[in-house]
Amino acid sequence: MITISGLTKRFGRVDVLRGVDLRIARGHVVGLIGPNGAGKTTLIKTLLGLTHGDSGLIRIDDAPVGDGDDVSYRAQIGYMPQIARFPENLSAAELFTMLRELRGNPPDLDEELVTKFGLSSELDKPLRVLSGGTKQKVNACLAFLFRPKVLILDEPTAGLDPLSSAVLKDKILAARREGATVVITSHIMSELEELCDDVAFLLDGVVRFMGPVRELTTTTRQVNLERAIAALMIREVA
Amino acid sequence: MTGVVQKVVRSQLRDAMRSRWLTVYTLFFTFLAEGLIRFSGSDAKAILSLTTVVLIVIPLVTLVLSTIYVYNAREFTELLLAQPIKRSSMFAGLYLGLTLPLAGGFAAGVAVPFIVRGGGDPALRGALLTLLAIGVVLTGVFTAIAFWIALRAEDRLRGLGMALGVWLLLGLLYDGAVLVVVAVFADYPIERPLLALSFANPIDLGRMIMLLRLDVAALMGYTGAVFQRFFSGASGVALASTALAAWMVVPLGLSARLFRRKDF
Repeated sequence: MITISGLTKRFGRVDVLRGVDLRIARGHVVGLIGPNGAGKTTLIKTLLGLTHGDSGLIRIDDAPVGDGDDVSYRAQIGYMPQIARFPENLSAAELFTMLRELRGNPPDLDEELVTKFGLSSELDKPLRVLSGGTKQKVNACLAFLFRPKVLILDEPTAGLDPLSSAVLKDKILAARREGATVVITSHIMSELEELCDDVAFLLDGVVRFMGPVRELTTTTRQVNLERAIAALMIREVA
Repeated sequence: MTGVVQKVVRSQLRDAMRSRWLTVYTLFFTFLAEGLIRFSGSDAKAILSLTTVVLIVIPLVTLVLSTIYVYNAREFTELLLAQPIKRSSMFAGLYLGLTLPLAGGFAAGVAVPFIVRGGGDPALRGALLTLLAIGVVLTGVFTAIAFWIALRAEDRLRGLGMALGVWLLLGLLYDGAVLVVVAVFADYPIERPLLALSFANPIDLGRMIMLLRLDVAALMGYTGAVFQRFFSGASGVALASTALAAWMVVPLGLSARLFRRKDF
Protein backbone atom coordinates (compact mmCIF):
# COMPACT_ATOMS: atom_id res chain seq x y z
CA MET A 1 0.00 0.00 0.00
CA ILE A 2 1.13 3.52 -0.79
CA THR A 3 -0.12 6.52 1.15
CA ILE A 4 0.73 10.03 0.14
CA SER A 5 -0.63 12.94 2.12
CA GLY A 6 -0.22 16.66 1.65
CA LEU A 7 2.90 16.29 -0.49
CA THR A 8 4.34 19.54 -1.78
CA LYS A 9 7.41 20.27 -3.83
CA ARG A 10 8.70 23.51 -5.20
CA PHE A 11 11.53 23.90 -7.68
CA GLY A 12 12.73 27.46 -7.54
CA ARG A 13 9.66 29.54 -8.25
CA VAL A 14 7.56 26.70 -9.63
CA ASP A 15 5.17 24.80 -7.38
CA VAL A 16 5.34 21.38 -8.97
CA LEU A 17 3.36 19.50 -6.33
CA ARG A 18 0.81 21.48 -4.33
CA GLY A 19 -0.57 19.09 -1.79
CA VAL A 20 -0.92 15.67 -3.36
CA ASP A 21 -3.11 13.19 -1.50
CA LEU A 22 -3.23 9.68 -2.81
CA ARG A 23 -3.94 6.24 -1.40
CA ILE A 24 -3.15 3.20 -3.44
CA ALA A 25 -4.38 -0.08 -2.04
CA ARG A 26 -2.20 -3.16 -2.04
CA GLY A 27 -2.49 -5.09 -5.27
CA HIS A 28 -3.98 -2.18 -7.16
CA VAL A 29 -2.74 -0.82 -10.43
CA VAL A 30 -3.00 2.94 -10.63
CA GLY A 31 -2.42 4.98 -13.74
CA LEU A 32 -0.96 8.41 -13.12
CA ILE A 33 -2.15 10.73 -15.84
CA GLY A 34 -2.01 14.40 -16.57
CA PRO A 35 -0.63 16.87 -19.09
CA ASN A 36 3.11 17.43 -19.52
CA GLY A 37 4.53 19.25 -16.57
CA ALA A 38 1.70 18.24 -14.25
CA GLY A 39 4.19 16.73 -11.81
CA LYS A 40 3.92 13.03 -12.63
CA THR A 41 7.63 12.33 -12.78
CA THR A 42 8.31 14.49 -9.74
CA LEU A 43 5.67 12.53 -7.81
CA ILE A 44 7.25 9.24 -8.85
CA LYS A 45 10.74 10.41 -7.97
CA THR A 46 9.53 11.55 -4.58
CA LEU A 47 8.03 8.10 -4.02
CA LEU A 48 11.46 6.64 -4.66
CA GLY A 49 13.26 9.12 -2.43
CA LEU A 50 15.14 10.52 -5.44
CA THR A 51 13.52 13.89 -4.89
CA HIS A 52 12.81 15.25 -1.44
CA GLY A 53 9.34 16.65 -0.86
CA ASP A 54 9.10 20.00 0.94
CA SER A 55 6.27 18.88 3.17
CA GLY A 56 3.85 16.02 3.44
CA LEU A 57 4.17 12.34 4.16
CA ILE A 58 4.72 9.22 2.09
CA ARG A 59 4.47 5.69 3.37
CA ILE A 60 5.08 2.56 1.37
CA ASP A 61 3.79 -0.52 3.16
CA ASP A 62 3.98 1.41 6.43
CA ALA A 63 7.63 2.35 5.97
CA PRO A 64 8.09 6.12 5.78
CA VAL A 65 9.89 7.46 2.74
CA GLY A 66 12.22 10.17 3.91
CA ASP A 67 15.62 11.75 3.81
CA GLY A 68 17.01 9.37 6.38
CA ASP A 69 19.52 6.63 5.95
CA ASP A 70 16.94 3.85 6.17
CA VAL A 71 16.78 2.74 2.58
CA SER A 72 15.52 -0.78 3.19
CA TYR A 73 12.03 0.04 1.94
CA ARG A 74 13.45 0.33 -1.56
CA ALA A 75 14.21 -3.39 -1.55
CA GLN A 76 10.47 -3.82 -2.15
CA ILE A 77 10.39 -1.49 -5.12
CA GLY A 78 11.00 -2.18 -8.78
CA TYR A 79 11.54 1.02 -10.74
CA MET A 80 11.53 1.51 -14.46
CA PRO A 81 12.68 5.02 -15.35
CA GLN A 82 11.53 6.82 -18.46
CA ILE A 83 14.96 6.96 -20.03
CA ALA A 84 17.35 4.05 -19.87
CA ARG A 85 21.02 4.98 -19.88
CA PHE A 86 23.60 2.60 -18.56
CA PRO A 87 27.40 2.53 -18.33
CA GLU A 88 28.37 2.13 -21.98
CA ASN A 89 31.00 -0.53 -21.71
CA LEU A 90 29.17 -2.91 -19.42
CA SER A 91 26.92 -5.68 -20.66
CA ALA A 92 23.36 -6.28 -19.53
CA ALA A 93 24.48 -9.49 -17.84
CA GLU A 94 27.07 -7.54 -15.83
CA LEU A 95 24.45 -4.98 -14.91
CA PHE A 96 22.12 -7.71 -13.64
CA THR A 97 24.94 -9.23 -11.61
CA MET A 98 25.86 -5.88 -10.14
CA LEU A 99 22.33 -5.08 -9.02
CA ARG A 100 21.91 -8.58 -7.66
CA GLU A 101 25.05 -8.18 -5.57
CA LEU A 102 23.98 -4.72 -4.43
CA ARG A 103 20.79 -6.27 -3.11
CA GLY A 104 22.69 -9.01 -1.34
CA ASN A 105 22.08 -11.82 -3.82
CA PRO A 106 18.43 -12.54 -3.14
CA PRO A 107 17.32 -15.98 -4.29
CA ASP A 108 14.38 -16.55 -6.61
CA LEU A 109 14.89 -14.03 -9.36
CA ASP A 110 12.29 -13.36 -12.00
CA GLU A 111 14.03 -13.61 -15.35
CA GLU A 112 10.90 -14.40 -17.32
CA LEU A 113 11.04 -11.11 -19.22
CA VAL A 114 14.55 -11.83 -20.49
CA THR A 115 13.23 -14.93 -22.22
CA LYS A 116 9.98 -13.37 -23.37
CA PHE A 117 11.76 -10.38 -24.89
CA GLY A 118 14.26 -12.72 -26.50
CA LEU A 119 17.11 -10.83 -24.84
CA SER A 120 19.37 -13.81 -24.18
CA SER A 121 21.53 -13.14 -27.24
CA GLU A 122 21.94 -9.45 -26.28
CA LEU A 123 23.02 -10.03 -22.70
CA ASP A 124 26.75 -10.10 -23.31
CA LYS A 125 26.99 -7.18 -25.73
CA PRO A 126 28.16 -3.83 -24.40
CA LEU A 127 25.10 -1.76 -23.56
CA ARG A 128 26.22 1.08 -25.84
CA VAL A 129 25.56 -0.98 -28.97
CA LEU A 130 21.99 -1.87 -28.00
CA SER A 131 19.14 0.02 -29.63
CA GLY A 132 16.93 2.34 -27.61
CA GLY A 133 14.13 -0.20 -27.55
CA THR A 134 16.41 -3.01 -26.44
CA LYS A 135 17.78 -0.83 -23.64
CA GLN A 136 14.21 -0.17 -22.60
CA LYS A 137 13.67 -3.93 -22.43
CA VAL A 138 16.75 -4.32 -20.23
CA ASN A 139 15.28 -1.56 -18.11
CA ALA A 140 12.00 -3.48 -17.80
CA CYS A 141 13.78 -6.73 -16.90
CA LEU A 142 15.61 -4.89 -14.09
CA ALA A 143 12.35 -3.56 -12.67
CA PHE A 144 10.83 -7.04 -12.41
CA LEU A 145 14.00 -8.95 -11.56
CA PHE A 146 13.63 -8.96 -7.78
CA ARG A 147 9.90 -9.77 -7.65
CA PRO A 148 9.08 -6.39 -6.11
CA LYS A 149 5.91 -5.82 -4.15
CA VAL A 150 5.69 -2.31 -5.48
CA LEU A 151 6.29 -1.45 -9.12
CA ILE A 152 6.85 2.09 -10.27
CA LEU A 153 6.84 2.38 -14.04
CA ASP A 154 7.45 5.70 -15.79
CA GLU A 155 6.05 5.41 -19.32
CA PRO A 156 6.99 1.76 -19.52
CA THR A 157 5.95 1.03 -23.08
CA ALA A 158 7.41 4.17 -24.66
CA GLY A 159 9.86 3.06 -27.31
CA LEU A 160 8.81 -0.59 -27.33
CA ASP A 161 7.45 -2.28 -30.43
CA PRO A 162 3.83 -3.52 -30.24
CA LEU A 163 4.85 -7.09 -29.57
CA SER A 164 7.21 -6.23 -26.72
CA SER A 165 4.71 -3.77 -25.41
CA ALA A 166 2.15 -6.58 -25.17
CA VAL A 167 4.69 -8.79 -23.40
CA LEU A 168 5.31 -6.07 -20.84
CA LYS A 169 1.62 -5.43 -20.31
CA ASP A 170 1.01 -9.14 -19.70
CA LYS A 171 3.84 -9.06 -17.19
CA ILE A 172 2.32 -6.10 -15.37
CA LEU A 173 -1.03 -7.89 -15.18
CA ALA A 174 0.69 -11.04 -13.92
CA ALA A 175 2.48 -9.05 -11.21
CA ARG A 176 -0.85 -7.58 -10.19
CA ARG A 177 -2.37 -11.04 -9.91
CA GLU A 178 0.48 -11.93 -7.58
CA GLY A 179 -0.46 -8.98 -5.39
CA ALA A 180 1.96 -6.27 -6.49
CA THR A 181 1.00 -2.64 -6.16
CA VAL A 182 1.69 -0.81 -9.40
CA VAL A 183 1.98 2.86 -10.31
CA ILE A 184 2.18 3.61 -14.03
CA THR A 185 2.46 6.88 -15.88
CA SER A 186 1.50 6.86 -19.49
CA HIS A 187 -0.01 8.98 -22.20
CA ILE A 188 -1.49 6.01 -23.97
CA MET A 189 -5.05 5.88 -22.74
CA SER A 190 -5.98 2.51 -24.20
CA GLU A 191 -3.06 1.03 -22.32
CA LEU A 192 -4.20 2.52 -19.04
CA GLU A 193 -7.75 1.34 -19.64
CA GLU A 194 -6.40 -2.14 -20.14
CA LEU A 195 -4.08 -2.22 -17.13
CA CYS A 196 -5.42 0.01 -14.41
CA ASP A 197 -7.94 -0.42 -11.64
CA ASP A 198 -7.89 3.27 -10.97
CA VAL A 199 -6.55 6.39 -12.57
CA ALA A 200 -5.26 9.42 -10.73
CA PHE A 201 -5.48 12.61 -12.73
CA LEU A 202 -2.79 15.07 -11.81
CA LEU A 203 -3.11 18.69 -12.87
CA ASP A 204 -1.02 21.64 -11.67
CA GLY A 205 0.40 19.60 -8.84
CA VAL A 206 -2.88 18.39 -7.35
CA VAL A 207 -4.80 15.14 -7.82
CA ARG A 208 -8.03 16.31 -9.46
CA PHE A 209 -9.62 12.92 -9.83
CA MET A 210 -8.95 9.49 -8.41
CA GLY A 211 -11.12 6.52 -9.13
CA PRO A 212 -11.97 3.72 -11.51
CA VAL A 213 -11.76 4.40 -15.21
CA ARG A 214 -15.48 3.77 -15.60
CA GLU A 215 -16.36 6.39 -13.03
CA LEU A 216 -14.30 8.92 -14.91
CA THR A 217 -16.01 8.17 -18.19
CA THR A 218 -19.49 8.36 -16.66
CA THR A 219 -18.94 11.61 -14.76
CA THR A 220 -17.65 13.30 -17.85
CA ARG A 221 -20.23 11.53 -20.04
CA GLN A 222 -17.56 10.53 -22.51
CA VAL A 223 -17.12 7.26 -24.37
CA ASN A 224 -13.54 6.47 -23.43
CA LEU A 225 -10.70 7.50 -21.17
CA GLU A 226 -9.02 9.66 -23.73
CA ARG A 227 -12.07 11.83 -24.26
CA ALA A 228 -12.85 11.83 -20.56
CA ILE A 229 -9.41 13.21 -19.77
CA ALA A 230 -9.71 15.77 -22.51
CA ALA A 231 -13.10 16.81 -21.11
CA LEU A 232 -11.64 17.08 -17.61
CA MET A 233 -8.73 19.18 -18.81
CA ILE A 234 -10.92 21.53 -20.77
CA ARG A 235 -13.21 21.91 -17.80
CA GLU A 236 -10.28 22.66 -15.51
CA VAL A 237 -8.84 25.22 -17.85
CA ALA A 238 -12.16 26.95 -18.43
CA MET B 1 34.82 0.79 2.48
CA THR B 2 31.46 -0.87 2.67
CA GLY B 3 30.45 -3.65 0.35
CA VAL B 4 28.08 -1.40 -1.54
CA VAL B 5 30.78 1.18 -2.30
CA GLN B 6 33.07 -1.59 -3.46
CA LYS B 7 30.47 -2.98 -5.84
CA VAL B 8 29.70 0.40 -7.35
CA VAL B 9 33.42 1.15 -7.70
CA ARG B 10 34.05 -2.22 -9.29
CA SER B 11 31.42 -1.75 -11.96
CA GLN B 12 32.54 1.83 -12.67
CA LEU B 13 36.13 0.64 -12.89
CA ARG B 14 35.21 -2.13 -15.28
CA ASP B 15 33.37 0.41 -17.42
CA ALA B 16 36.37 2.78 -17.36
CA MET B 17 38.92 0.07 -18.14
CA ARG B 18 37.15 -0.68 -21.40
CA SER B 19 36.73 2.93 -22.37
CA ARG B 20 38.84 4.65 -24.97
CA TRP B 21 39.47 7.83 -23.00
CA LEU B 22 41.37 6.00 -20.28
CA THR B 23 43.64 4.29 -22.82
CA VAL B 24 44.33 7.57 -24.60
CA TYR B 25 44.97 9.35 -21.31
CA THR B 26 47.42 6.69 -20.13
CA LEU B 27 49.24 6.48 -23.47
CA PHE B 28 49.54 10.26 -23.56
CA PHE B 29 51.59 10.24 -20.37
CA THR B 30 53.64 7.26 -21.52
CA PHE B 31 54.62 8.97 -24.78
CA LEU B 32 55.20 12.26 -23.01
CA ALA B 33 57.52 10.75 -20.40
CA GLU B 34 59.28 8.59 -22.97
CA GLY B 35 59.81 11.52 -25.30
CA LEU B 36 61.07 13.83 -22.58
CA ILE B 37 63.50 11.25 -21.23
CA ARG B 38 64.87 10.66 -24.72
CA PHE B 39 65.20 14.24 -25.81
CA SER B 40 66.05 16.18 -22.67
CA GLY B 41 69.23 14.30 -22.02
CA SER B 42 68.96 14.12 -18.24
CA ASP B 43 66.29 12.64 -16.02
CA ALA B 44 66.26 15.79 -13.93
CA LYS B 45 65.29 17.93 -16.90
CA ALA B 46 62.78 15.33 -18.01
CA ILE B 47 61.07 15.35 -14.61
CA LEU B 48 61.04 19.13 -14.55
CA SER B 49 59.42 19.32 -17.99
CA LEU B 50 57.02 16.53 -17.07
CA THR B 51 55.97 18.50 -14.02
CA THR B 52 55.15 21.53 -16.13
CA VAL B 53 52.97 19.52 -18.49
CA VAL B 54 51.36 17.44 -15.75
CA LEU B 55 50.36 20.55 -13.82
CA ILE B 56 48.48 21.84 -16.86
CA VAL B 57 47.08 18.62 -18.32
CA ILE B 58 45.80 16.85 -15.21
CA PRO B 59 43.57 19.71 -14.06
CA LEU B 60 42.20 20.27 -17.56
CA VAL B 61 41.49 16.66 -18.47
CA THR B 62 40.25 15.77 -15.00
CA LEU B 63 37.86 18.71 -14.85
CA VAL B 64 36.41 18.09 -18.29
CA LEU B 65 36.17 14.30 -18.08
CA SER B 66 34.74 14.32 -14.58
CA THR B 67 32.08 16.88 -15.38
CA ILE B 68 30.98 14.88 -18.42
CA TYR B 69 31.12 11.69 -16.36
CA VAL B 70 28.77 13.02 -13.70
CA TYR B 71 26.26 14.24 -16.29
CA ASN B 72 26.44 11.00 -18.26
CA ALA B 73 26.02 8.91 -15.15
CA ARG B 74 22.90 10.83 -14.15
CA GLU B 75 20.30 8.26 -15.24
CA PHE B 76 22.38 5.37 -13.97
CA THR B 77 22.79 7.18 -10.66
CA GLU B 78 19.02 7.52 -10.43
CA LEU B 79 18.56 3.86 -11.21
CA LEU B 80 20.99 2.85 -8.49
CA LEU B 81 19.55 5.29 -5.98
CA ALA B 82 16.17 3.64 -6.52
CA GLN B 83 17.78 0.47 -5.14
CA PRO B 84 18.27 0.01 -1.41
CA ILE B 85 21.52 1.99 -1.44
CA LYS B 86 22.52 4.90 0.75
CA ARG B 87 23.35 8.10 -1.03
CA SER B 88 26.68 8.38 0.76
CA SER B 89 27.71 4.95 -0.55
CA MET B 90 26.63 5.85 -4.06
CA PHE B 91 28.60 9.08 -3.91
CA ALA B 92 31.74 7.36 -2.70
CA GLY B 93 31.31 4.73 -5.41
CA LEU B 94 30.96 7.31 -8.17
CA TYR B 95 33.86 9.42 -6.93
CA LEU B 96 36.30 6.56 -6.47
CA GLY B 97 35.07 4.88 -9.64
CA LEU B 98 36.34 7.87 -11.60
CA THR B 99 39.28 9.08 -9.52
CA LEU B 100 40.99 5.70 -9.28
CA PRO B 101 41.20 5.00 -13.03
CA LEU B 102 42.23 8.59 -13.80
CA ALA B 103 44.93 8.60 -11.13
CA GLY B 104 46.01 5.08 -12.01
CA GLY B 105 46.18 5.90 -15.73
CA PHE B 106 48.38 8.90 -15.06
CA ALA B 107 50.67 7.12 -12.61
CA ALA B 108 51.09 4.06 -14.82
CA GLY B 109 51.59 6.20 -17.92
CA VAL B 110 54.37 8.27 -16.39
CA ALA B 111 56.00 5.44 -14.44
CA VAL B 112 56.36 2.89 -17.23
CA PRO B 113 59.14 4.65 -19.22
CA PHE B 114 61.14 5.05 -16.00
CA ILE B 115 60.52 1.49 -14.88
CA VAL B 116 61.72 -0.01 -18.17
CA ARG B 117 64.93 1.95 -17.61
CA GLY B 118 65.40 0.30 -14.25
CA GLY B 119 63.88 3.18 -12.32
CA GLY B 120 65.92 5.99 -13.83
CA ASP B 121 68.49 8.04 -11.95
CA PRO B 122 68.44 6.78 -8.32
CA ALA B 123 69.06 10.28 -7.02
CA LEU B 124 65.88 11.45 -8.68
CA ARG B 125 63.66 8.61 -7.55
CA GLY B 126 62.28 10.71 -4.71
CA ALA B 127 61.42 13.53 -7.09
CA LEU B 128 59.70 11.11 -9.47
CA LEU B 129 57.64 9.62 -6.65
CA THR B 130 56.72 13.12 -5.52
CA LEU B 131 55.58 13.95 -9.03
CA LEU B 132 53.43 10.80 -9.13
CA ALA B 133 51.96 11.63 -5.73
CA ILE B 134 51.19 15.19 -6.74
CA GLY B 135 49.52 14.00 -9.94
CA VAL B 136 47.37 11.55 -8.02
CA VAL B 137 46.35 14.13 -5.42
CA LEU B 138 45.64 16.78 -8.07
CA THR B 139 43.42 14.24 -9.83
CA GLY B 140 41.52 13.81 -6.57
CA VAL B 141 41.29 17.58 -6.11
CA PHE B 142 39.93 18.28 -9.56
CA THR B 143 37.48 15.37 -9.69
CA ALA B 144 36.11 16.69 -6.40
CA ILE B 145 35.78 20.20 -7.84
CA ALA B 146 34.18 18.81 -11.01
CA PHE B 147 31.67 16.79 -8.97
CA TRP B 148 30.74 19.93 -7.10
CA ILE B 149 30.24 21.84 -10.34
CA ALA B 150 28.25 19.10 -12.06
CA LEU B 151 26.00 18.55 -9.05
CA ARG B 152 25.47 22.26 -8.71
CA ALA B 153 24.70 23.15 -12.32
CA GLU B 154 21.66 21.37 -13.69
CA ASP B 155 22.59 22.33 -17.25
CA ARG B 156 25.51 20.38 -18.65
CA LEU B 157 26.82 23.09 -20.97
CA ARG B 158 26.90 25.51 -18.12
CA GLY B 159 28.65 22.93 -15.98
CA LEU B 160 31.25 22.28 -18.64
CA GLY B 161 31.75 26.01 -19.04
CA MET B 162 32.29 26.40 -15.31
CA ALA B 163 34.78 23.53 -15.30
CA LEU B 164 36.77 25.15 -18.10
CA GLY B 165 36.51 28.47 -16.30
CA VAL B 166 38.05 26.97 -13.17
CA TRP B 167 40.90 25.59 -15.23
CA LEU B 168 41.52 28.88 -17.01
CA LEU B 169 41.49 30.68 -13.71
CA LEU B 170 43.81 28.35 -11.80
CA GLY B 171 45.92 27.13 -14.68
CA LEU B 172 46.51 30.25 -16.72
CA LEU B 173 45.05 33.49 -15.37
CA TYR B 174 46.48 32.90 -11.93
CA ASP B 175 50.07 33.05 -13.14
CA GLY B 176 49.32 36.19 -15.07
CA ALA B 177 47.67 37.75 -12.04
CA VAL B 178 50.69 36.96 -9.88
CA LEU B 179 52.99 38.60 -12.42
CA VAL B 180 50.82 41.69 -12.53
CA VAL B 181 50.80 41.93 -8.73
CA VAL B 182 54.56 41.55 -8.64
CA ALA B 183 55.08 44.19 -11.31
CA VAL B 184 52.67 46.70 -9.81
CA PHE B 185 53.81 46.32 -6.22
CA ALA B 186 57.47 45.79 -6.97
CA ASP B 187 58.47 48.47 -4.47
CA TYR B 188 56.54 46.97 -1.56
CA PRO B 189 57.21 43.93 0.63
CA ILE B 190 54.69 41.62 -0.99
CA GLU B 191 56.18 38.28 -0.15
CA ARG B 192 53.64 37.39 2.48
CA PRO B 193 50.56 38.26 0.43
CA LEU B 194 52.08 36.30 -2.44
CA LEU B 195 52.56 33.35 -0.16
CA ALA B 196 48.95 33.52 0.89
CA LEU B 197 48.00 33.67 -2.76
CA SER B 198 49.75 30.41 -3.53
CA PHE B 199 47.52 28.61 -1.05
CA ALA B 200 44.55 29.71 -3.12
CA ASN B 201 45.66 27.53 -6.01
CA PRO B 202 46.10 23.76 -5.78
CA ILE B 203 48.12 23.72 -9.00
CA ASP B 204 50.57 26.23 -7.55
CA LEU B 205 50.79 24.19 -4.35
CA GLY B 206 51.66 21.14 -6.41
CA ARG B 207 54.31 23.11 -8.26
CA MET B 208 55.67 24.39 -4.97
CA ILE B 209 56.05 20.93 -3.47
CA MET B 210 57.70 19.69 -6.61
CA LEU B 211 60.25 22.43 -6.78
CA LEU B 212 61.04 22.24 -3.10
CA ARG B 213 61.86 18.60 -3.73
CA LEU B 214 63.84 19.30 -6.89
CA ASP B 215 65.56 22.33 -5.38
CA VAL B 216 65.06 24.42 -8.49
CA ALA B 217 62.63 26.93 -7.05
CA ALA B 218 63.84 29.86 -9.07
CA LEU B 219 63.12 28.04 -12.30
CA MET B 220 59.45 27.80 -11.58
CA GLY B 221 57.83 31.09 -11.04
CA TYR B 222 57.87 33.90 -8.58
CA THR B 223 55.76 32.35 -5.81
CA GLY B 224 58.06 29.35 -5.84
CA ALA B 225 61.08 31.50 -5.08
CA VAL B 226 59.25 33.29 -2.32
CA PHE B 227 57.95 30.07 -0.91
CA GLN B 228 61.35 28.51 -0.78
CA ARG B 229 62.80 31.40 1.11
CA PHE B 230 60.14 31.07 3.78
CA PHE B 231 59.91 27.34 4.03
CA SER B 232 62.89 25.38 3.01
CA GLY B 233 62.90 21.63 3.13
CA ALA B 234 60.55 19.36 4.97
CA SER B 235 58.37 21.89 6.79
CA GLY B 236 57.54 23.64 3.52
CA VAL B 237 56.61 20.38 1.86
CA ALA B 238 54.48 19.37 4.84
CA LEU B 239 52.67 22.70 4.91
CA ALA B 240 52.00 22.71 1.18
CA SER B 241 50.89 19.08 1.29
CA THR B 242 48.43 19.80 4.05
CA ALA B 243 47.03 22.70 2.07
CA LEU B 244 46.76 20.50 -1.00
CA ALA B 245 44.95 17.82 0.97
CA ALA B 246 42.50 20.48 2.15
CA TRP B 247 41.88 21.34 -1.49
CA MET B 248 40.70 17.77 -1.96
CA VAL B 249 38.79 17.30 1.28
CA VAL B 250 36.81 20.54 1.23
CA PRO B 251 35.32 20.27 -2.29
CA LEU B 252 34.72 16.58 -1.66
CA GLY B 253 32.81 17.33 1.52
CA LEU B 254 30.78 20.02 -0.22
CA SER B 255 29.99 17.68 -3.13
CA ALA B 256 28.98 14.89 -0.80
CA ARG B 257 26.60 17.25 0.95
CA LEU B 258 25.14 18.42 -2.36
CA PHE B 259 24.73 14.82 -3.47
CA ARG B 260 22.96 13.86 -0.27
CA ARG B 261 20.40 16.65 -0.62
CA LYS B 262 20.05 16.73 -4.36
CA ASP B 263 16.71 16.27 -6.10
CA PHE B 264 17.35 13.89 -8.94
